[in-house]
Amino acid sequence: MNGFRTLLSDAGGIAVLSTRTFWAFFRSPIEIGPVVYQLDHAGIRSWSITVLTALFTGMVLALQFAVGLESYGGSMYTGKLVALGIVRELGPTLTALLVGGRVGSGFAAELGSMVVNEQVDAIRALGADPIKKLVAPRVLACILALPLLTVIADVVGVFGGMLITMREVGITPKFFFTQVKDTLGVVDLLHGLGKSVFFGYFIGIIGCFVGLNTTGGTEGVGQSTTRAVVTSAITLLVSNYVLSTIFVAIYG
Amino acid sequence: MDDPRESPTRPGAGPDPIITFSGVKKAFGPKVIFEDATLSVYPGETLTILGGSGTGKSVLIKMLIGLLRADGGSIQAFGKEVTQMGERSLLDVRTRIAMLFQSGALFDSLTVEQNIKYPLREHHWGTDNEMNQRVEEVLGMVGMPGSQKLKPSQLSGGMRKRVGLARAIAIQPEVILYDEPTTGLDPVNVRRINGLILSLQKKLGVTSVVVTHDMDSCFTVSNRIAMLYERRIAFVGTAEETQHCDIPYVREFTRGGKGVLDEDVT
Repeated sequence: MNGFRTLLSDAGGIAVLSTRTFWAFFRSPIEIGPVVYQLDHAGIRSWSITVLTALFTGMVLALQFAVGLESYGGSMYTGKLVALGIVRELGPTLTALLVGGRVGSGFAAELGSMVVNEQVDAIRALGADPIKKLVAPRVLACILALPLLTVIADVVGVFGGMLITMREVGITPKFFFTQVKDTLGVVDLLHGLGKSVFFGYFIGIIGCFVGLNTTGGTEGVGQSTTRAVVTSAITLLVSNYVLSTIFVAIYG
Repeated sequence: MDDPRESPTRPGAGPDPIITFSGVKKAFGPKVIFEDATLSVYPGETLTILGGSGTGKSVLIKMLIGLLRADGGSIQAFGKEVTQMGERSLLDVRTRIAMLFQSGALFDSLTVEQNIKYPLREHHWGTDNEMNQRVEEVLGMVGMPGSQKLKPSQLSGGMRKRVGLARAIAIQPEVILYDEPTTGLDPVNVRRINGLILSLQKKLGVTSVVVTHDMDSCFTVSNRIAMLYERRIAFVGTAEETQHCDIPYVREFTRGGKGVLDEDVT
């Protein structure tokens, strides 16, 4: 019962923070500098884990499909399946889970430390709004970064799939790309990238919410970091299903 | 008026209080901090709020600038009710009342200069040149000239508090709230901070509210002393008056850390 109450209270808190963050974007002066800083910090510096994850996911996906489909005589379709699986599902989702772990925990730890060191109080006491100064740039940076990282993950994942398909099935790169081109449509790209925008928002807002609600000194900062990772992972997985259902209903 | 503590600003001396707490209530969950806290602060005076650990000294001053919300009662600053204000209206209060946080609360990612410019930018102080001049000026006042480019991680505890004070006074507040300004500092830095509190009162005529449990500091800087006890302001008076107070706890507390409690001896 307590868990359910906490869930409801957190959901309410995140909704309130989201609304205040939304209005903070448009309140002058609009500051670009902090957004660029966070984009570099949260987005660009996440490219290496994105590439690594996507490459091996594409490779293992191709391996499993090539071997699994062989008994049905369908291993020639490996390229099609890898492309669809990466672009619609694994590219956006795995990127979000990893970036969520890296960036969300970072936000929670940084804002949590600022709370326990009274720096968030100091921002308010000095006449500024912590939502505008701290939350808005981070959330916006995540919303912009996730689709970009997802594009990288899609390209690298499909490339990894191609390497393994070539080895296992013996096809040429040209044949593989023709298959990918024939299979993937704009809808598939929109499906994956559309979800990644929401994933970016969830990662940013959850990391900031958990960080700002840190209590209990440095021990609390540690707990917030863990909480941010777990909450963001669960939210991403559940919302992935909900968003996929909606996108499938709209675009097919 | 050589000794700033001789300021003619005590109750009954004329001016109306600029800050009043009346019947303030505050609780954190089941833990009641204040039941009926009532206190007035007069312009130009330095009032020290004393109390044991966890009695809510910091809570009281944080409620004054709206960092925490009172559950009941009234808090007025410059004749306006603070408890009913939204964040936007509180901006004016926070321009006139600055706060020095316990740890200094400097922003780690910014240099000393950027820290001090933070409130100046928020309050549209002026051109870059004017802001640079102001930074130089306030750093000079707290005895840290030339430290503009340092990061907070390169500063000692005492220096952080002094930079925190420089940041607090940058926009020329009328009231400064000090949260445990001397806690954790060595005796030289304690005297330096005490000196700063006194000189700000003397040179700039600012009103100060100091929260502390450091008795030496309290007797050095205060015009009046308020004592928190049993969830209310149990006593307000001058340093001499604390010794004749009819609440034994107040007498014991203001005697400082020397000796043992009478009740432990008997």
